[in-house]
Amino acid sequence: MRTLIKNGTVYQKGQFTQKDLLIENEHILDIADKINIPAEQVIDASLKYVFPGFIDLHSHLRDPGQTYKEDIVSGTRAAAKGGFTTVCAMPNTEPVTDNIAAVEYIHRRAKDLGFCKVKVIGALTKKQEGLEIAEMASMKKGGIVAVSDDGKCVQNARLMMNCMKYAVNYQLPIIIHAEDYNLAGKGQIHSGKVATALGLSGIPPIAEEVIISRDIMLAESTKAKIHIAHLSSAKSVEMIKDAKTRGLQVTCEVTPHHLVLNEEACISFDTNTKMKPPLRSEKDRQTLVEALRNGTIDCIATDHAPHQDFEKEREFDYAPFGVIGFETAFAVLYSELVLPGVLSLERLIEALTVSPARVLGLPSPELEKGACADLCLADLDQKTPIYSDTLLSKSKNSPWINLELQGKITCTFCNGRVTWQG
Amino acid sequence: MSSTPQFLGRNVFDLDDYSADEIMYILEAAKGMKEINLREYKKIPTLRGKTVCTLFVENSTRTRLSFELAASRLSADVVSFQASVSALQKGESLQDTVYTLNAMGIDLYVIRHSSPGAPQLVHKHSGKPVMNGGDGRHAHPTQALLDIFSIWEKLGALNGLKITIVGDILNSRVVRSNLIGMKKLGAEVTVCGPRTLMPGYMEDVYGCKVEYDLETALKDADVVMGLRMQLERQTEGLFPSLEEYTKHYVLSKETLKFAKKDALIMHPGPMNRGIEILPEIADSQQSIIVEQVANGVAVRMALMFLVLGGKI
Repeated sequence: MRTLIKNGTVYQKGQFTQKDLLIENEHILDIADKINIPAEQVIDASLKYVFPGFIDLHSHLRDPGQTYKEDIVSGTRAAAKGGFTTVCAMPNTEPVTDNIAAVEYIHRRAKDLGFCKVKVIGALTKKQEGLEIAEMASMKKGGIVAVSDDGKCVQNARLMMNCMKYAVNYQLPIIIHAEDYNLAGKGQIHSGKVATALGLSGIPPIAEEVIISRDIMLAESTKAKIHIAHLSSAKSVEMIKDAKTRGLQVTCEVTPHHLVLNEEACISFDTNTKMKPPLRSEKDRQTLVEALRNGTIDCIATDHAPHQDFEKEREFDYAPFGVIGFETAFAVLYSELVLPGVLSLERLIEALTVSPARVLGLPSPELEKGACADLCLADLDQKTPIYSDTLLSKSKNSPWINLELQGKITCTFCNGRVTWQG
Repeated sequence: MSSTPQFLGRNVFDLDDYSADEIMYILEAAKGMKEINLREYKKIPTLRGKTVCTLFVENSTRTRLSFELAASRLSADVVSFQASVSALQKGESLQDTVYTLNAMGIDLYVIRHSSPGAPQLVHKHSGKPVMNGGDGRHAHPTQALLDIFSIWEKLGALNGLKITIVGDILNSRVVRSNLIGMKKLGAEVTVCGPRTLMPGYMEDVYGCKVEYDLETALKDADVVMGLRMQLERQTEGLFPSLEEYTKHYVLSKETLKFAKKDALIMHPGPMNRGIEILPEIADSQQSIIVEQVANGVAVRMALMFLVLGGKI
């Protein structure tokens, strides 16, 4: 089976040029100015962009255990619709993905039924309880790409140090959800002006910053490779910049919602603006955008966290934290950052593809001859509608629900197979 | 000449939805209601056939009684739904509770809840006007209106008055709503309490002054309001002891020397005598604490009357 994509504006090594791209089975057979080889399927992409498939380092597929929120099939379908060809699944499933059997379950399900590649992140501590080191060595044999207690944070510094030492031996990066529980307290949103006005308990930025500071020091001492998840504050950016300058193996990610929204989004008590870490001040947001531009922040990750309406549609204090992100990420960032001229399309695509691959040491997703055919097509003149009946995710908890955003992923190929078309 | 404010069907989530003119209109209406409350037969037929539901998901006897009395005196039928937060959390959601109540034909909801924003949720799912009887630390607009009414009745216009509020500002919904209302009417408000019980950005959000020293805060005050200080803040690690708090923040004859000579003394209740306020002040000539309670019924009558379609 051959597919020829004609005249697309193709992203290669940080640049866009008009090319033809020929897919044969799972691979890119050729990519050139003009390809005149007959193909079963020809796609006219003269008004479209061709990007490498997006890679998401941070997602919650809820499978096993909470499949009423999402499962591997619905989650990967949603991901494919958003242009993703690889997603990393966080281990806070039920039971927790803290052993090789659990890892193999996810791999098998994804291989049999998935619409994109699923990489598994194993738990850092058993049951993510922050008490004992999880079986990292066995899980590594099962193919995990990193370890993390995401959603939770190891509070005990001694245990964290030992986790790092242990992980180093298996070349496993540690992904850190930085949150000091005592400082975060019962906080619901950023401890800023909006929290004061709404009378909601605040989560201060320092709850994130003290853990980042601690873990940078621990990583320096243990030579561990750490990746800070979902950065939210300006001070966090500063600390990571400093760590990078000192040559430490520290990387980090930012979510679309932290790049585009600030605390003001919470004013209406919309629980789809409730997530951890919380949406922070406008100054924090601007600092995150600048850090993404200049590379201090390595990549974008969605933190796709599905919750059903009946869980979200309740008192703000009782609603769970988190929002979905697969199907909105590109359109949100394109319409809110690229269109207004704040971020280049080149950097956006890099931060969704090459950069996340580099963070976890995955093969670089280049569009080149011989490469795996993981790619997506985008029409920047079309809009992505975000309605509960258009979202493929089982859950609809998006801050952008009922909006239409500029830019649309019209087709996704994973391993040369069409996984989304619309 | 501005047109008559329209209140029919409006929610009372907080005072930020109401202009200074509208607040004044409510106060005028409350004045009329207060007169009814002084009659021997304290009842008018104006809301006959309407049903008011008091939905109290957080314990409160005083506020609930005040609302229910207000509704009764306007001849509305009153049903009361009391649930502990834990029961609602375990079983039926607030949304389903509202669907159930709505099916019974409620015209107006009064809600008290520990979670900010709960009144908005009740309105969203009922489509009926909702009065906020206190939502967490967020807002308590009817308390603020009765406080403002009490000051207005004694001192006239609030414009230019110096009002000082002392105590646990962090956990007080009364303060937040009062700040919005009092600032709209032109008062200068100072809030005072220990730094650990003071939310951030108060000046930016409310345009008030923040003081940590009681004597400075009370200087030249026309009105002084004390707030309840709860023992549980001590175990939360927010201050060392009630004794130490009292030593630095109690309203007493001695500390009130710094305020204006006849400064009004207020407290939203319930009071901790001897902790945030001494009996010598609570029971003094300057104190209008008991009158605040009476005014509460009048203000709530006025609001229900206006929201459910009465005209002055």
